[in-house]
Amino acid sequence: MTERVIKLPDVGEGVAEAEIVEVHVRVGDLVREDQILAAVMTDKATVEIPSPVDGRVVRVAIAAGQIVAVHAEMFAVETASVGQAAASAPLHPRSTLTSSTNGAAGQSGSSDVAQPLRRLPATVGRTEPAAPEAQKTWAKSNVAAGEVGVVPARAVAPGSPIQSPVNRPLASPAVRQRARDLGLDLRRVAGSGPAGRIRHEDLERAAAPPAPSQRSPAAQADSSVTEIKLSGMRRAIAKRMAETNRRIPHFSIIEEVDVTDLEILRADLNASGKADRPKLTILPFVMRALVVALREHPELNARFEEETETIRRFGGVHIGIATHTPGGLMVPVVRHAEARSIWECAREVTRLSQAAREGSIGRDDLQGSTITITSLGPLGGLATTPIINAPEVAIVGINKIAVRPVWSGNSFEPRRMMNVSSSFDHRIIDGFVAAEFVQQIAKLLETPAKIFLEA
Amino acid sequence: MQTASCKVLVLGGGPGGYVSAIRAGQLGLDTILLERERLGGTCLNIGCIPSKALIHAADEFHRALQFTKQSPLGIRAGDVSLDFDRTQAWKAGIVERLTGGVTTLLRRANVRVIGGQGRLLDGKTCIADTPDGQVHITAEHIVLATGSEPVALADLAFGGPILSSTEALGLSELPARLTVVGAGYIGLELGTALAKLGVKIDVVEAADRVLPHHDAELTKPVAKRLAALGIGVHLGARARRYDATERCLVIAAPNGPERRIGADKVLVTVGRRARLDGSGLESLMLEMSGRAIRIDAQCRTSMRNVWAIGDVTGEPMLAHRAMAQGRMVAEIIAGHKRAFDTVAMPAVCYTDPEIAAVGLAPDDAKGTGADVVTGICPFSANGRALTMSDNAGFVRIVARRADHVVLGIQAVGHGVSELAAGFALALEMGARLEDIAATVHAHPTQSEALQEAALKALGAALHA
Repeated sequence: MTERVIKLPDVGEGVAEAEIVEVHVRVGDLVREDQILAAVMTDKATVEIPSPVDGRVVRVAIAAGQIVAVHAEMFAVETASVGQAAASAPLHPRSTLTSSTNGAAGQSGSSDVAQPLRRLPATVGRTEPAAPEAQKTWAKSNVAAGEVGVVPARAVAPGSPIQSPVNRPLASPAVRQRARDLGLDLRRVAGSGPAGRIRHEDLERAAAPPAPSQRSPAAQADSSVTEIKLSGMRRAIAKRMAETNRRIPHFSIIEEVDVTDLEILRADLNASGKADRPKLTILPFVMRALVVALREHPELNARFEEETETIRRFGGVHIGIATHTPGGLMVPVVRHAEARSIWECAREVTRLSQAAREGSIGRDDLQGSTITITSLGPLGGLATTPIINAPEVAIVGINKIAVRPVWSGNSFEPRRMMNVSSSFDHRIIDGFVAAEFVQQIAKLLETPAKIFLEA
Repeated sequence: MQTASCKVLVLGGGPGGYVSAIRAGQLGLDTILLERERLGGTCLNIGCIPSKALIHAADEFHRALQFTKQSPLGIRAGDVSLDFDRTQAWKAGIVERLTGGVTTLLRRANVRVIGGQGRLLDGKTCIADTPDGQVHITAEHIVLATGSEPVALADLAFGGPILSSTEALGLSELPARLTVVGAGYIGLELGTALAKLGVKIDVVEAADRVLPHHDAELTKPVAKRLAALGIGVHLGARARRYDATERCLVIAAPNGPERRIGADKVLVTVGRRARLDGSGLESLMLEMSGRAIRIDAQCRTSMRNVWAIGDVTGEPMLAHRAMAQGRMVAEIIAGHKRAFDTVAMPAVCYTDPEIAAVGLAPDDAKGTGADVVTGICPFSANGRALTMSDNAGFVRIVARRADHVVLGIQAVGHGVSELAAGFALALEMGARLEDIAATVHAHPTQSEALQEAALKALGAALHA
């Protein structure tokens, strides 16, 4: 039994001490020759300390984080052999660059390339024999002298045994030069060519910013573009919207409505509702309010035909309901809302929207509206600027309901507030008329009894 | 004293220095090149170029001589003679033309060339001793490219009959007998050429074979050719001294008896070493690597903004390495991102036959622990080699067994220096055996041997 002391080797370059980064063994561990015992870090590189012998660790004199001087004891290993009595044999520390080391192993099937890179003992050259010896090894040395990056900015003797040519990355001179220009270390570039030869394409891949999957999602910049040819319904919507927006001079009025009482009524009706009655949303109330308001403002229940410069006012109120479907926006029509009760309105809206979403809606249900309501429910936003469903002349948008403080004259009170955003065709509808109409709808909704009184 | 200042000061106008200066000038850097002798350095003046000219002349003469005897080609030549003065003049003409070209290129790149010995005061200042007096030069960057010089042996100091490669290339007349000390590529190239020109050549080498930096398999055809040329090769022996009275070189194996080789001249080619003296380099206290200046992968020395390229940085002392480094340094100074990261540095010997070696030889590869496969295609199986009546040698390819990535390619044979480019390209591009095997090689060429060697390594050879 012999005890072998393993000291921190001279990691070169005038480095006097190194920080212990990792300790891989504990007392009692059996280690094999070349097994990595620890990793130390100098300001230049991380160096792995392999065991020079097979044996059992009997002493660990270091701990991670500790700064250790060159030649200080790191481990003691008990070996079975008697022939290795020398106190501490020279070690060949293995080095990896301080920065990430991934990729080196994957670049070639050849075991030579995958071997751990050996760091140059930069001091070797000083004791190098003179010319004759160097002469013999020149073929090797020349290759070696070219290893950019292996030699840390220090002079290297022409004869230094730096890196065997069988270990160097396989790449043409042009590729090597390009790698230098790009600041790439070829040992970190995976070669896609035969025998792991690194090609220009491999450099491009290596130089490109890392794939999104390798980065944290938050930092992702997605530069992808997906091209989708417009077709079918989307194409029709796009065409129609552009046409409408281009031809009709829109103006919008946004009015704030206190729907506290309406909501109380709605909740009451829903709570006491009979089984055959549908649950009421705010929409049927708005529809009924429209019917009432349009009696005083029939000019808004109309279609304007540009070609013939004709306005058609309608006796019946056919309300288009802007509906989101998987295929896009559709506007089914509730016909003769003036002849429907609030429940019938609700029932019809349910039927139409369901049919629209399922795609089973008939052509007749999609045409003939004289005014349109657009509502996104809870998504309704603070205010919107709806685009008129041409050739109609007005559209009423309902925004979301929110509890807001309202000045009642002597105090702020929490009230359920909802905005109504309406757009009008300014060619046909004057601002005054529109404002009156909006005000009337607001009053009807704020005092819902009027909706029913005047119905 | 005159003063000058610049962004880049290059010390030495050899292949490393002049290339660095031209590139710096092209990149708009205010550049001064300081050269103490002649532009072009060792390579153009007393190295690569003149030696290749001499080798070519020797080959031609030797071939012509063959035609005076029985020639299998049926060619019969009459009296063949050599006007060595003409040969030397022709060689000098090539050198002149090339150095003149360098001068023009430097001028075109707006590089100021100062002729004189430089002496560094510090990492920013240099005094140049020129024929017109001293010039005080301050520079932001200094590129050291002072090159190398032949190593002398203590017992065989250069001078008189003891020649370095420089004198051997500049011989005005051919000696009858010459002994080369050191069977590296420089000694063998010159020795072979001189032998072909009619000089009785002996070669003394301390190692147990010629070209000891290359493997035995690769050097065997060269050793065979040396013997065929009648060159005496003395291995495992060292030169002791030159006996001027008896005109012979005394050699001995370690612990062996002394032997004498008759020699009118002795050429000592036992290596080259970085030229460090005379430029005040010592004042910079640069970190060294043996006898060479220590550099990193960007050719930086241990002093900021002082760079070193070429032979002064040590082995391999090759002009093409210096040029590549020189160009790179200029580009780094101009703000480009560059590093010297070649896979392989080709090495060529203009011996007979030639050797071209790129990357790892089989033994080198095994030394790295790599499991390799090897494929060899001899030129005796190559049609083109046969038609040139020189089918010695082979192409050998070494690849990793696991994935067939080519780790090295070597060749020995007639004219294989021109194959080195293809070898290097294969290695730099990271070729696998399959890549070379699937590349259609023109027929009939010697380069087919490369494809054949790759096929052989894959176990699918057709001709070999």
